[in-house]
Amino acid sequence: MATPASTSARPAREASANAYWSANIRLIAFCLAIWFAVSFGLGILLRPALSGIMIGGVDLGFWFAQQGSIYTFIALIFFYAARMNRIDREHGVEE
Amino acid sequence: MDQFTLNLLIVGASFALYVGIAVWARAGTTAEFYAAGQGVGPVVNGMATAADWMSAASFISMAGLIAFGGYNNSTFLMGWTGGYVLLALLLAPYLRKFGKFTVPEFIGDRFYSKSARLVAVVCLLVISITYVIGQMVGVGVTFARFLEVSATTGLYIGSALVFIYAVLGGMKGITYTQVAQYIVLIIAYTIPALFISLSLTGNFLPQLGLVGGYAPGGGDVAFMAKLDQVVTELGFTAYTAQTTNMLNMFLVTMSLMIGTAGLPHVIIRFFTVPRVSDARISAGWALVFIALLYTVAPAVGSMARLNLTTTFWPNAIEGNALDGPAITRAAIDSEPRLEWIRNWEETGLLVMEDKNGDGQIQYFNEPAPLAAANTALAAARKALTDAMSAAGVATEGVDLASPAAVTVGGAANADLQALQAAYTGALAARDAALAEATIGGQTLAERGWVGNELTTVNNDIMVLANPEIANLPGWVIALVAAGALAAALSTAAGLLLAISSAISHDLIKGALNPNISEKGELLWARISMALAIALATWLGINPPGFAAQVVALAFGLAAATLFPALMMGIFSKRVTKEGAIVGMLVGLVSTALYIFMYLGWFFVPGTNWLPNTPDAFWFGISPAGFGPVGALLNVVAAYAVSMITKAPPREVVDLVESIRVPRGAGAAQAH
Repeated sequence: MATPASTSARPAREASANAYWSANIRLIAFCLAIWFAVSFGLGILLRPALSGIMIGGVDLGFWFAQQGSIYTFIALIFFYAARMNRIDREHGVEE
Repeated sequence: MDQFTLNLLIVGASFALYVGIAVWARAGTTAEFYAAGQGVGPVVNGMATAADWMSAASFISMAGLIAFGGYNNSTFLMGWTGGYVLLALLLAPYLRKFGKFTVPEFIGDRFYSKSARLVAVVCLLVISITYVIGQMVGVGVTFARFLEVSATTGLYIGSALVFIYAVLGGMKGITYTQVAQYIVLIIAYTIPALFISLSLTGNFLPQLGLVGGYAPGGGDVAFMAKLDQVVTELGFTAYTAQTTNMLNMFLVTMSLMIGTAGLPHVIIRFFTVPRVSDARISAGWALVFIALLYTVAPAVGSMARLNLTTTFWPNAIEGNALDGPAITRAAIDSEPRLEWIRNWEETGLLVMEDKNGDGQIQYFNEPAPLAAANTALAAARKALTDAMSAAGVATEGVDLASPAAVTVGGAANADLQALQAAYTGALAARDAALAEATIGGQTLAERGWVGNELTTVNNDIMVLANPEIANLPGWVIALVAAGALAAALSTAAGLLLAISSAISHDLIKGALNPNISEKGELLWARISMALAIALATWLGINPPGFAAQVVALAFGLAAATLFPALMMGIFSKRVTKEGAIVGMLVGLVSTALYIFMYLGWFFVPGTNWLPNTPDAFWFGISPAGFGPVGALLNVVAAYAVSMITKAPPREVVDLVESIRVPRGAGAAQAH
């Protein structure tokens, strides 16, 4: 920030910061929806309804409760980290 | 070489490695002591976080909990992993950008209040101290089982080791020791699991074995279907069945997830990475390393359950359990492959009693009316024999229902007669229950059984005995001992650092003596660490009777106090210091009250207002599931109070804006 700030710099910077933050919030909401769906949804609440679907020797809900939700959690974090790196660069706030 | 020497060698070698790392990674500054100089790479930090997180409970107890709880205990698997998603998305990157050393420090700065910081210190100390007790007990138990020393001696050895690397190296020493401990514990956990999965399902990977076919039966029947069939035949609930209240299962899982994300000793691990983007990805690596154990644990639990059951009912290996006889006491005492049962019987963690005297050990689930009748009978019998002993009547070899049992000095004693009548009444009620209860379509009276004869199976056996059950070589058994110690010690060290940094950095530098020099603070950090270790050792030797219940408290409080406060501090610019303080106190008090109501005031037995049973729970919510409700109350109270108090000052709004963007994280280190 060596250049002197013009009169419009602060509002512009704030607009950019707001855009960055709302992009982040949208991404978080998307990821948490999946986080909720695989564990609380498939693993607990929807299990009785989906008991007919088998993954190997166990039903879908059981598999998500003991295996699938964990794999999804890992994928979600790496997905979020990668997308955030891109969003950081797009808004010029990367390290 | 005998097993004891092997255990000593492998555990000794692992300890030497930890000490070597401690000497190499000494801390010279407070930044190194509290946050390892913020120079730990994301993968290395992920591995250290995994060891930090996976405690004695994860390593020793979790598979056993799943083995006996089946699907119902999936709460632990989802709850203790899902929290990392919350950490990566909602807390870790912003707290890393903040760039300081402790959780209370962030709360104090964001809520511009020393009081808020002190409330956070109180929450942190309650959470971390309750949590560390379990680790110290785990160290003692493991030493006692594998190294033939008393649990107390084991605890001293473990504490001395933590003292060396934690006091010397602080976070820096702890980080690199945790990496080594992770490698030891994951190898120790996985090797027996691979062999057991191979023998039961023909599949080397336990994760695939869990959903695969049952190999000894030819592979046509699914492993899980076989397990369900065997346990239901013996009167147990099907392994895959849900038998608990769904709302409660939902809330317990949520409590463990939010609680995990709010645990200070886990959060501070993310202060050690160089950049904000590293904090995000490091949470992913942590979960990868955690998942290596957590996706194996359900396989270990279910396979150990089937192994245990078919050991007692040999016919169940290929057919139906009840088509053949139960295992005989003589076989347990003589067969080399059953040596593990004898070993664990000696520790008292596995207890058998041939109640009907037929020379066999029948392992089954007593139907509820029979279990109640057997409990009543045992109580009546004890009351009678105690009174007989007190009156000087021999109890051995006497028919308790005969007149001889109540004859004192040649005459019948009226008190004893009354107790004898109660005893014979209970006996008749039990026999009636035996004629009613059925296992496999036959009443127990017809079978000649009087009750379950495998009376105690401790959860922890499931992991610790695995290598012996699978007949693996001695060095694997020694490795499991080293792994259990690594799991307990690595978590204890992380907790002790969270405790000592709260004391030296938040209490001493933050409140009592803000002008303390860098050198003085480092000295106090080391002194607090030494004191914290002494306290933890003392609590490990004299564990409060409630050690098992406090886990619910630790997670519930983390979920209801620190997690909401941190989240509101990052995601809201409007929450004020008054709001945050009231919110944390509401979360703390409501959650503690709910837990104490059912488990007793400060866990003192007998002081609970309501019985600790699902019928008495508010909407069926167990004490372990109250965390999310407490968190919600915290948030509602914090927003309500914030609306009627003066908005936070400009510099706090600037702070929130600055932690929301990654740029500039390096500069924040200098302070």
